[in-house]
Order: sequence, then structure tokens, then C-alpha cells
Amino acid sequence: MQTHETNAIQVTDLTVAYRETPVLWDIDLDVPPGVLLAIVGPNGAGKTTLIKAILGLVRPAAGNVLIYNKPYDAQRRIVGYVPQRGSVDWDFPTNVLDVVMMGRYGALGWIKRPGKHDRELAMHALEKVGMEKYTNRQISQLSGGQQQRVFLARALVQDAIVYLMDEPFQGVDATTERAIVTLLQELRANGKTVVVVHHDLQTVTDYFDWVTLLNIRRIASGPVDDTFTPDNLRETYGGRVAFMKNR
Amino acid sequence: MSLWNDFQPRFPRVPQIMANFYFLTHFYTLIIVSIGAALLGTVSGALGTYAVLRRQSLLGDAISHAALPGIAIAFMLTGSKTPLILVLGAAIAGWVGTLIILSIVRLTRIKYDSAFSLVLSTFFGFGLVLLTQIQRNGDANQAGLDDFIFGQAATMLKRDVLTIGILGGIALIIMLILWKELKLLIFDEGFAASIGFPTRALDILLTSLFVIAIVIGLQAVGAVLMSAMLVAPAVAARQWTDKISLMVLLAACFGALAGVSGTFISSIAVGVPTGPTIILCATVIVGFSIAFAPNRGLLWNSIRQRRNRRSLKIAAAKLIGAATTENQIKNDTRSS
Repeated sequence: MQTHETNAIQVTDLTVAYRETPVLWDIDLDVPPGVLLAIVGPNGAGKTTLIKAILGLVRPAAGNVLIYNKPYDAQRRIVGYVPQRGSVDWDFPTNVLDVVMMGRYGALGWIKRPGKHDRELAMHALEKVGMEKYTNRQISQLSGGQQQRVFLARALVQDAIVYLMDEPFQGVDATTERAIVTLLQELRANGKTVVVVHHDLQTVTDYFDWVTLLNIRRIASGPVDDTFTPDNLRETYGGRVAFMKNR
Repeated sequence: MSLWNDFQPRFPRVPQIMANFYFLTHFYTLIIVSIGAALLGTVSGALGTYAVLRRQSLLGDAISHAALPGIAIAFMLTGSKTPLILVLGAAIAGWVGTLIILSIVRLTRIKYDSAFSLVLSTFFGFGLVLLTQIQRNGDANQAGLDDFIFGQAATMLKRDVLTIGILGGIALIIMLILWKELKLLIFDEGFAASIGFPTRALDILLTSLFVIAIVIGLQAVGAVLMSAMLVAPAVAARQWTDKISLMVLLAACFGALAGVSGTFISSIAVGVPTGPTIILCATVIVGFSIAFAPNRGLLWNSIRQRRNRRSLKIAAAKLIGAATTENQIKNDTRSS
């Protein structure tokens, strides 16, 4: 088996439309295993939609998605997901440990409740994101960075091979950002594939080794060094990247 | 018996027995009605927690109003007032109403609130027309159907309580079995879908549980007010706890308390309808919780704010004090 030819994620001819206008148009995307990939593009470029389409959360008008050569439904156990922090109500009456244990629900299946083993896994994940002291903290009392770490811990508990993260750096301070980057790079070092919706163009070259430039169409995708070029950026953002010249 | 005789020496023998009998039957009715009200309060309180946390409090209103034509149609078709049949009619109509609202929102550009008020008033109006029609036709059996508008707990019979108990029990058992799945659905639907739970089906199931919680209370509390039984206990419970399991438990207790106390008050006061009284009792619980609950309560908040302000003032005073002395020292050294 030629493992280097099996893509962790393979998106073919993907088109998604809410009502008339397409949000994603004819996207082809190959993500090789073991890369740390940033999806970059302006607001409304369809970054979140692309993640959701890969996860089967939005139904595409055309095209398909394969995770290690199989459709998502067959592979969901090896995929971990970090939604946008703002997508949930943080005033929900529960605590940190409980949210992290939700990462085990997929493995547990129907009706079965999480047990001691699941609790240990959750505690371990919380230690990894530096939140072990907040186990019993009510989630409404967390800062933005702490909420983000809780979501990351929940994804870690999923023990996936492919991770999809929607803006994990959104609204976190510099220390947390550093910690999250270290964690992502650790995941890659362990052979995981990590796809991250990212906003800060300045840090792309520091944090990631692959990048996908997206603006409804896929502008470019590949290793950062070849792909993250001023030309491609201009095409993605429509000439609004003057500050990049200083690089 | 001897005690009774001591207290009632002037009454002749026969009316005394009748008085006892009257007292006993009344007491028996009260017990039955209280059990029914407690059961429906428990069920609607517990399930209402999910409606409130999901920001679907209005859904209860839609279901209860939409249920009215269902009751009328069920009666017109069967001519029977068997609680199960009427509740079934109510449930189907409530369900259809909710489904229409959700479809309007999904398929058109009409917003939720417009779709909601449209369907709610149309169904309720249709229900009123049907009920008036039934009354006009003068079927002797129809008496009591209009109780479903404002509720009349006093007419609750053992079979009604049994219906509430069985249907509500089923709803609660489903809720407990799917505890983890429903919690995840409400907290993070996208994540739930990503790990393979059929969120659409769970959503439909949850709505069905709301429908059950609403229709079993229609006879006692009435279509107009029943949605408050779904919302009020949960809102009150949220004030006291940050744990969802405790919130469900507390809401169930508050619902039962409101049910029983409302029934009791309306049974001693003459001419006081049960439904509104139950709702007023629930409102009192909500008001008390909003005012006095620790952490989230208003009283607690104002105390905390005052304390914070004072400690800030002290800290600021200390800072200013330190700065002035520092400046003085500087000035002193400069001038010397």
C-alpha cells in the first residue's frame, strides 16, 4: 500500500450553496497525512463552511469528501472537531470536566454513560491543555482562552487521527496562543493531521507547514514556502495585503 | 368519633354522617387533583429545563395553543371524552402546528417570530370556532370541553390522573435514558452531529417530549397558560444551581409545588380557577428565586456590587494616599 498517496483528507469538486449564491465553488483539496494546515481567507470566504462540509454538517450541492479514502460517516471515529468557541452558550449549567467528557460520547455510543476510564482520559486531556485546576469550574466563569482550551481538551479526548479546528486562536491571549501552537505541533509530531481555520496572516509561516488559501474558490494549497506568496495572497484578498510586503 | 361528638353535640346524628361523607369525598377529590397537578408539574418542570436551556421557551406556547383544535376534532370524530383520546388529538394538532412553524422558517424567508404568531393564533382561533360549533350543536356530552381553554383541575378524575402519570412517566423515562444525548444536543448540536448522533431525529424526539409535557396539562391548566408550566419552574431552578441534573430535579420539584399549591388554593377559595392559580404559584416561585437565590439573585448581586465598590474605594484611597506621601517625600528632598 502506498501510504504516501493516501490523503488524510481529499475534497473533490465540492460546491456548497446557501440559497442561490455559492459559498464554496468547486473546491479540490488534498491534505496529506501529518501536516499542520492553515485555512486562510477573508471574511465570508467559506472557511467554516469548508470545515463543516468535511464533517458532513452541511450538505454540499456537489462533490465529495474522503477521509483516508473513505467517506466521513465511516471514519468519524478518527476525526476530532473543535467548533468555533462562539457557537455554544457558555452559560449552560455544567462544568469543565463534563464538557471535556463529551469528547468521549462518540466512542461510548448510545445511552451508555461515561465511567471512570472516561474521566481519567478527560483529566489527562485537561492536564495537556493546562486546565487541570479548573476541573470543577462552572463553564460560564472561564475566560475566552480557557474556553478555547476546554474545547481543545474535548477534541483531544476524542483521540482522533485527523483534527479539524475552527478558529482555535480566536480571542485568546498571547500565552494561550503559544500554548495552543505547541499543542498543535505536538499533535503533528505524533503523526496526526491538523486543519486549522486561521485569521492572522503574520503567524502562518511560523505556526504551519501547509496552507490553503480560500476565497469561495480554492486559490492555492500546498506547503507554506511555495504557496504563501504575495501573488496568491493578492488573489485571495483582492490586493488588500499591502502590509505583507515587509516580509 | 368521640372527639367529633364532643365538638358537635348539637347536630343530630344523620346530617353528621352526611357531613363526614361530604368531607371525605371532597378530600378524596382534592387528593386526586393534587396528585394530578403534582405529576404534571413534575413532568413539565423537568422537560421545561430543556426548553429553557435551548431557548425554545416559546415552543410551549405554540404547542398548547395549536393543541386546541385537536381536542375539538378528536371529540367530533369519536364523541368521547376519554382523556387518552383527547390528549392524543391535542398532541397530534400541537405537533402539526410546531412542524408547520419549523417548516415555514426553513423553507421561506419568514422569520421565527412571525411564523410563530401566525400559526399560534390561526390554530387557536380554529380551535375556538370548533368548540363553539360543538356547543351550539347541543351535544349533552360536550360539557367540560371548554375547560381546555382556561383549565379546570377540579374536574380531574382518577382516569385523568392515570393518563397524566403514564404519558408523563414515559416522557420522563425517555429523558433519563437519553440524558447524555439530549444534553449534548442542547449544548453543542454541531459537535453532536460530528460524532455521529442524528441531531435531526433527536430534535424531533425532544419536541415530542415537549408536546407530551404540554398536552397532559391542558385539562388542568388550559391552553392559554400551560406554556408557563414549561418555562417558569425551569427559570426558577436555573437561579439556584449551575448543574443541569440538579436543575432538572429542582424544576420538577418547583413544578410539583406550584401544581399542588395552586390546586389547593383554588379548592378552598370559591370561584377561583385552578389553571391561573397554579401559574400564579409558579410565578411566586420564580419571583422569589430571581430575588433571593445566591449568586444569580438580585439581592445577592446588589450586596456583592456594594462590597466590590467599597473595597475598590479603599484600594483607590490607599493608592492615592501612597502617591501623595511619595510626592511629599520627593518635594521634601527636592526643596532641601
